[in-house]
Amino acid sequence: MSTVTVPSQRPSGSRMDRDMVVQPGWVRVAHWLNALGAILMVMSGWRIYNASPLFAFRFPDSITLGGWLGGALQWHFAAMWLLGVNGLIYLLLNLLTGRVRSRFWPLSPRQLVSDFGAALRGHLSHDDPSRYNAVQKAAYVGAVVLLVLMVLSGLVLWKSVQFPWLRALLGGYDTARLVHFLAMCGLVFFFLVHVTMVALVPRTLRLMILGR
Amino acid sequence: MTPRNELRPNMSLTASDRRELIKDAGRLVPVPARRRFLRGGVTLGSLAMLTGCDVTDSKTAEKLLMRVSRFNDRVQGWLFDPNRLAPTYPESMITRPFPFNAFYGIEKVPQVDGADFRLQVGGRVRQPGSWALEQLAALPQQEQVTRHICVEGWSAIGRWGGVLFAHFLNRVGADLTAKYVGFKCADEYYESIDMPTALHPQTILALTYDGQTLPPKYGFPMKLRMPTKLGYKNPKHIVEIFVTNDYPGGYWEDQGYNWFGGS
Repeated sequence: MSTVTVPSQRPSGSRMDRDMVVQPGWVRVAHWLNALGAILMVMSGWRIYNASPLFAFRFPDSITLGGWLGGALQWHFAAMWLLGVNGLIYLLLNLLTGRVRSRFWPLSPRQLVSDFGAALRGHLSHDDPSRYNAVQKAAYVGAVVLLVLMVLSGLVLWKSVQFPWLRALLGGYDTARLVHFLAMCGLVFFFLVHVTMVALVPRTLRLMILGR
Repeated sequence: MTPRNELRPNMSLTASDRRELIKDAGRLVPVPARRRFLRGGVTLGSLAMLTGCDVTDSKTAEKLLMRVSRFNDRVQGWLFDPNRLAPTYPESMITRPFPFNAFYGIEKVPQVDGADFRLQVGGRVRQPGSWALEQLAALPQQEQVTRHICVEGWSAIGRWGGVLFAHFLNRVGADLTAKYVGFKCADEYYESIDMPTALHPQTILALTYDGQTLPPKYGFPMKLRMPTKLGYKNPKHIVEIFVTNDYPGGYWEDQGYNWFGGS
């Protein structure tokens, strides 16, 4: 038997496959680097937001990163490399290894509604950790979409003159600023739900650290 | 602009704090997995330690962040297209009133006597010397309605008129292969820019705002207007210009802001 798993080849729910690698090393490394990068970007981003709030509130200084606007900017423009490069590598490897197909396809809206209903009633099974249910697929794909939106809108805010096509695509400087903020809200919401779900099924955390 | 002496958060965790964090984390994890999980040394609270924790205030972090900022200067220099123009707008879109912004309140704006004033020009130029405002006004003028983007995130559209800076640099016989153009201002501010941006077609030595002489609150006697750079890079109340190969720094850069600051 191979020691590197290709989940779509295994029968679903097979217990004897417990010891096979469910999350390959590159997925785990990329996941934690993404998590770190995203957290640094959001926390420093909040401090930058505070310098000129879009809405009638500020984030408490204690949950921001950087100490002051100058420091927050330094962290933001450093962590962007971590998130950007690692994120790109993660996406490329997912495509090249076929993991996109095996983990995230098919995306069935009907299955999503049914799985979501089961989740709300506490009946969503987690017997087979090698497969994502429809809610997970939607959530993780959604998180990737939000991160891509954050990067694209961020690039417009950073270089609105040098990236005119991107600026036009995002609706101009002011709209890009709004997209950047709203996508952050979506990402933070995803993060809260994701961490809660992991706390409810801690086996998944072990999988993302040890792979099996 | 946030003042420099704004307090930084400074939390450090005692050993008993750390023990409590691990206990808290342990309580969140159901028993069978707990022992293996905690043996791995991972705590749910570990990510929370990033906030205000010593590691983010350390000298190593500061040095690393500055190195990345220098790297970003090089990337931005590479991304800068000397032929790409910043967007321009119709006069109907001018932000009224155009915001006042400085690192001090409006009551501290320097009041320069226009008649006595002389702009000093020096450094790597063939014709160093001083310029009166009428001499600058006699040079070919051009106008722009462009977006001023602040590093804080807000922006405002304004109308500036003045001398094409590339033309001025040629008039004083500046060494156009030099790396930096530096500026000294009447209000303690100082700045420096890269030569490619200095020569950009939309970089002007602004003498007017919205068709009137540049008022003190917007930078009298003159401001370097560059729609290809963030607001803090556009120095106001300029009293001296010099061309140099020695890095002159900048008011905000010397406190940690990025030097290239390009849009």
